[in-house]
Amino acid sequence: MSSYHLDHLQYLETEAVHIMREVAAEFERPALLFSGGKDSICLLRLAEKAFRPSDIPMPFLNVDTGHHFPELNDFRDRRAAQLGGKLIIRKVEDAIASGIAVPTPGEISRNRLQIPTLLAAMEEFRFDCAIGGARRDEEKARAKERFFSFRDAFGQWDPKNQRPEIWNIYNGRVNPGEHMRVFPLSNWTEMDVWEYIKREQLEVPTIYFSHTRKCVRRHGQWLPVTDLLPPKPREEVQELVVRVRTIGDIISTGMVVSPADTVDDIIAEIAAARVTERGSRADDKASEAAMEDRKKQGYF
Amino acid sequence: MPASHPIELLRFNTCGSVDDGKSTLIGRLLYDSKSLMEDQIEALERSADITGGGQINLANLTDGLRAEREQGITIDVAYRYFATPRRKFIVADTPGHVQYTRNMVTGASTANLAVVLVDARQGVIEQSRRHTYLASLLRIPHLVIAINKMDLVDWSQERFQEIRDDFEDFLPRLDMKDVKFIPMSALNGDNVVEPSKHTPWYVGPALLGHLETVHIASDWNLNGFRFPVQWVNRPNDPTNHALHDFRGLSGQIAGGIIKVGQKVMVLPSGQKSTVKRIWTLGGELTEAFCPQSVTLVLEHDLDISRGDVIVSLDSLPGASSELEAKVCWMHPRPLQRGRKYYLKHGTQTVQAVVTSLDYRVDIQTYEQQLGPTELGLNDIGGIRLKTAKPLIFDGYATNRLTGSFILIEQGTNATVAAGMLQPPIAPVTPEYNDFAI
Repeated sequence: MSSYHLDHLQYLETEAVHIMREVAAEFERPALLFSGGKDSICLLRLAEKAFRPSDIPMPFLNVDTGHHFPELNDFRDRRAAQLGGKLIIRKVEDAIASGIAVPTPGEISRNRLQIPTLLAAMEEFRFDCAIGGARRDEEKARAKERFFSFRDAFGQWDPKNQRPEIWNIYNGRVNPGEHMRVFPLSNWTEMDVWEYIKREQLEVPTIYFSHTRKCVRRHGQWLPVTDLLPPKPREEVQELVVRVRTIGDIISTGMVVSPADTVDDIIAEIAAARVTERGSRADDKASEAAMEDRKKQGYF
Repeated sequence: MPASHPIELLRFNTCGSVDDGKSTLIGRLLYDSKSLMEDQIEALERSADITGGGQINLANLTDGLRAEREQGITIDVAYRYFATPRRKFIVADTPGHVQYTRNMVTGASTANLAVVLVDARQGVIEQSRRHTYLASLLRIPHLVIAINKMDLVDWSQERFQEIRDDFEDFLPRLDMKDVKFIPMSALNGDNVVEPSKHTPWYVGPALLGHLETVHIASDWNLNGFRFPVQWVNRPNDPTNHALHDFRGLSGQIAGGIIKVGQKVMVLPSGQKSTVKRIWTLGGELTEAFCPQSVTLVLEHDLDISRGDVIVSLDSLPGASSELEAKVCWMHPRPLQRGRKYYLKHGTQTVQAVVTSLDYRVDIQTYEQQLGPTELGLNDIGGIRLKTAKPLIFDGYATNRLTGSFILIEQGTNATVAAGMLQPPIAPVTPEYNDFAI
């Protein structure tokens, strides 16, 4: 190779690897949030790129809502073990039992309850930094997020008071009790993630590929029928060939009717897609400022 | 395994004052390049029904925070992504309010190109001069002056030329090499993606055509190898023979090209060695270049740690603890002489004291006002600093990565300034120049 030129994926990769290494060098106790979803799969590969042949110098952390797809948790555990990493799991149901997370009456979604569970885990292990796989193209409140996103002692994000981020120089200084969320994939799009998965030949959970599943139609979405989400009386259960485009909880993730069963098929499908990735997540539709409100409280 | 033709990434930022139509322009680029999805358009229509009296407001696409939608302004840098078959784009939408100029510097620092928007009715105003100055201060390689709202001046070629002349009065003082003027109406989409039928007198490309073709291959510095050591990579695995003695130096190349077998110098110590291996997860390389992230293994086992810089012998940087720089002040608490800060430069953070405030730049006249008592929020000025340890650096004009720094306030940890170093008076003369292993 004599052309001294990076293509867009190589550029995004070197930017993310640089950020990973800054975290390892500047924080006392960083953690990497790993759910088994496609974005955090890329994060793990970037961690390998940043730190091999050494061990990845931070544990993996996952908040288990108890509403995860079982395929996702299996994959999460297997992938963490393959990489020789330490996987820490903290469960929302334990947080509810101990009073850390308090559901409002009738609240079925565990989405909001992830926040206190995560913050309690950060305190328990005294993590001063959590690397996450959020991307700016997901949602317009995220479009204003920094690579190094400062959180105060209550874990809150203040969008009006963010540290300016200039060149590739990141200010990771925090006082005790405060922490940083770091998002190496900030500049990646959904398409970049899949192109990277293809280029790096990364394994992803099977639910990203088309499979047959019993679904019901609710609020304009196909939701998977499970013990947590049984069909209501007179609701018609249909067996469909579907896949997930983005993974949230099993009770709120809309399934996409799709025959895509290879990474190439998925890339072709995204290229032709007419709705955004989070368009299939009921949690974002609640209000126009839904994501902004959750982020201010300490959401990922 | 790259695609048949590699897709390049172009980063640009849009700047202008309030109501120049920045967000509308980005909305238009996304809309007309078919980068918007149905649910985004639906969300737009939903908010149009509620607040906009039924008319779709393209600015709602980028104004993501509640306060912004309520006040109809943009208060923070928003990043947007879109792609055409030729290139991928990252857009930083940077607000025009005086109080948020620090965000413009943020968006501009990583940009290949800046789009400065001007309202054709108003022409050059203070904000236009400030934004153009900042683009040149931050050394954005390419500049587009988008003369917007041309529909409101009846597509007058005279008006376009008048504004262009006003710019060309002061552009020569700013050392901008590649400047393009485009007449447009972002609201109606003229000369944004599609060429306008209203401007037969304009022979250049529409904005998107220019963004797709502007030459960015030489925007990175490929002269003078610079490698700030970021993380020392020692597996320390006694059970694995291959890794037992592995001692790698991980980092991102901040300038130039490195080859296996090349002689290098480690600064500030001045020790010399040779590059033995260029290690990456995907396999060892024979050469690597800026801005790749790699792990170098040197021939000799030298004492090297984070903050050291590995350089090529043919082009040595400066090394000094007495520095001269231009800064953009980004914090309400002003800069005063004698204040101490943390200074982060490359992978090194050191204490620094501001020893003098030499001048403040008047962004109207671009003249230097000598001897200010302080620099306030959004002021740009020349200062001198003394650092607790010498920096290994280049002038910002030579290398944007090794010539830049930030200042961090002690206690609050706020990022208070972006700094651009003046070139070194002389290249480094290491203490141990004769120390060859």
